[in-house]
Parts: sequence; C-alpha cells; structure tokens
Amino acid sequence: MIQQIIQFGYRFRFILAGAFSAFVLGIVFVVGFNAVMDETNTEEFCISCHEMKDNNYREYQDTLHYANRSGMRATCSDCHVSKEFVPKMIAKVKASMDLYHSVVGTIDTPEKFAARRSELARREWRRMKDNDSRECRNCHDADSFDYGLQGYRSVQQHEEGLLTGQTCIDCHQGIAHRLPAIDQGVGVASPASIPENVFRPQAEK
Amino acid sequence: MKSRLPTTFSAAVLAGLLSSPCISFAADDGGLATLRGAPIQESAPDTSDALKKAIESDPMERDFTLQPPLVSHAIDNYPVTKEFNKCLDCHSWENYRKEKATKISLTHFQDADGKELANVSARRYFCVQCHVPQVDAKPLIANTYQRPSVR
Repeated sequence: MIQQIIQFGYRFRFILAGAFSAFVLGIVFVVGFNAVMDETNTEEFCISCHEMKDNNYREYQDTLHYANRSGMRATCSDCHVSKEFVPKMIAKVKASMDLYHSVVGTIDTPEKFAARRSELARREWRRMKDNDSRECRNCHDADSFDYGLQGYRSVQQHEEGLLTGQTCIDCHQGIAHRLPAIDQGVGVASPASIPENVFRPQAEK
Repeated sequence: MKSRLPTTFSAAVLAGLLSSPCISFAADDGGLATLRGAPIQESAPDTSDALKKAIESDPMERDFTLQPPLVSHAIDNYPVTKEFNKCLDCHSWENYRKEKATKISLTHFQDADGKELANVSARRYFCVQCHVPQVDAKPLIANTYQRPSVR
C-alpha cells in the first residue's frame, strides 16, 4: 500500500511539484494583490500627487468627515472606492487614468481644478446616485437613524426623502468638498455653473 | 499743624485714586475705557466657557423695529460662497413652501438702482451680514434695554 503511494508520487512528481508551486504562487499573488489594493486605498497614497493634496484634500480638512468630536475619519477611499469586489476593481481601473492626467497636468493648478470642478463633481454625484449612495451607507444606515436625536428639520427631510426614494447624495452634495458654482438665479450666473434644477432635481414641482 | 492737614488728606486721596483700578486703567490706555474688564495692553482675563450651541427654535421675535430677523438654527456647515448659497436651499421663494421656511423679504429683490428683480439681488446675497444665529449666552456687560411692547 505505502509502496504504491510512493510509486504514484514518483511517477507524477513533476505534476505534484507544479501543483504545489502553483498553490504557493497563488497565495503570494492573493496576498500581494490585497496588499496593493489596501495600499492604494490609503489617504497617504491618494494625496501623494499634488493635484489631490493641494485641492481636494485641503478643503476636505475643513469638514466633519475629516475631523469630528468622536475622531472617526472617513478618508478618500471610504467614499470614493466601493468595498464590493467588482465595483472596487472598476474604480481602481478608472482611477488609473489619473496617472495619465497627472503627467499631462489636467488639473495641476487650483485654476484648472476650479474649471473642471463642475464636471468632476457631477460625475461623482452620478456614480453615487446610480449605486444608491452605497459608500455613504457603509457607515450611515437609515434604519439606525434615531429620529429623537435629530433636529426636527432633519427628521422632516429624512422621512420625506426616504419615502420618496431619494438617496443621500441627492441632498448631501458638497459635504466633504466645496461645491462647484450653482446657478441659483442671483445676479449674473457664471458660464460653467450648474442649473439649480439639475443640482436639486427634487426642487422641480 | 492746621495748614498741613488738608495736604495730607489730599495726598491720601490722590494715592487712593491712583491705586484704584479704574484710574490706573484710564492712565495706561490714554483714557480709553475697555469693555472686557482688563487694560488693552494686558491679555484678557480668561472668562471663556465651553463653546455654545446655536439655539434651535421657531422664528425668534424681533427686539426692535426693522431688526433683521435672527437665524433660529445652527448654520455651521452651511456655505455662503460665490459658488453657492446654502440659505437659498430653503429660504428662496422657490423652496420656502416645501421646506416650511421663512421666505426672503421682497425688499431683497431690489437692485442698487431701485429696479425690481425676479429673484434676490446680488447685493443681498450674503445673508449672514445681517441675519445671525444666536446662542444661549449670558451678556458680558449688563444692559437695561427692553423690547418695546408695540413693534
């Protein structure tokens, strides 16, 4: 019996060695892959280009998602990268385009960034609306709202919004970054400004 | 002896005046009175207390005729920038009914030339120049002002 096993192992020694190497390589690959995914999700990595560091990051530092009374920070990837595998991969592939734009210098000055802000913001709002603000809901669960602790205005808005199928980003734009110009009908609108009925679709009656 | 008494007396009064705080402040500050209870050159006494939360209430009554209505809620994270005015989200004529908010006064629709506009005039855009939130704070300096009974 033992003899037979040894003979079998000897006859297929190359295949067994190959299988074992594949197993080890697989582990190395999975661990390495996850390490890269985690590393590219850190705040340090995100702000390692000055496009992010001087624009988005600076204004984010003034917001509640950066500093608050309980010291819990939602960093870049918590809002901009999904936790689920497939959307996460899509986000990572799309973000690789940033390398190109960083080299070309598409938004490397505050002026260039401001000129593109409307486009960038609308793309991100669209993504969040399409996935029902999934990244918000990783932390903020509407079922866990304690309406007794919310202000009465918040209660009104949240109940109405949830009943009419609105999603977080429909109202909570510009909470972690400055807003692009919105045309609110006061004075002369700047050419790139977003019409108010696009910014607040529910305002249409 | 009789002639020396008034001199001693006035010297004592003068010494008393100079050592009393109000006089010495006045001397240091060139006659400027300060409201904070310390000379201008000195650092202010630490009379601060914890950060006060803005009052959340129904619209507040005005304290005098033509007073700009007070903001009866916190406005901490509401931007009023050249890009966007958060106040208009609820208080504009377009939104006030739905949001059950106070509408902007029609007087704010007039431009500098007196022309009536269809919406808020750009010169009335920065709401918090006049409309301010309130906190439940004890007045630092007592005053006897009373709200007129007839407004």
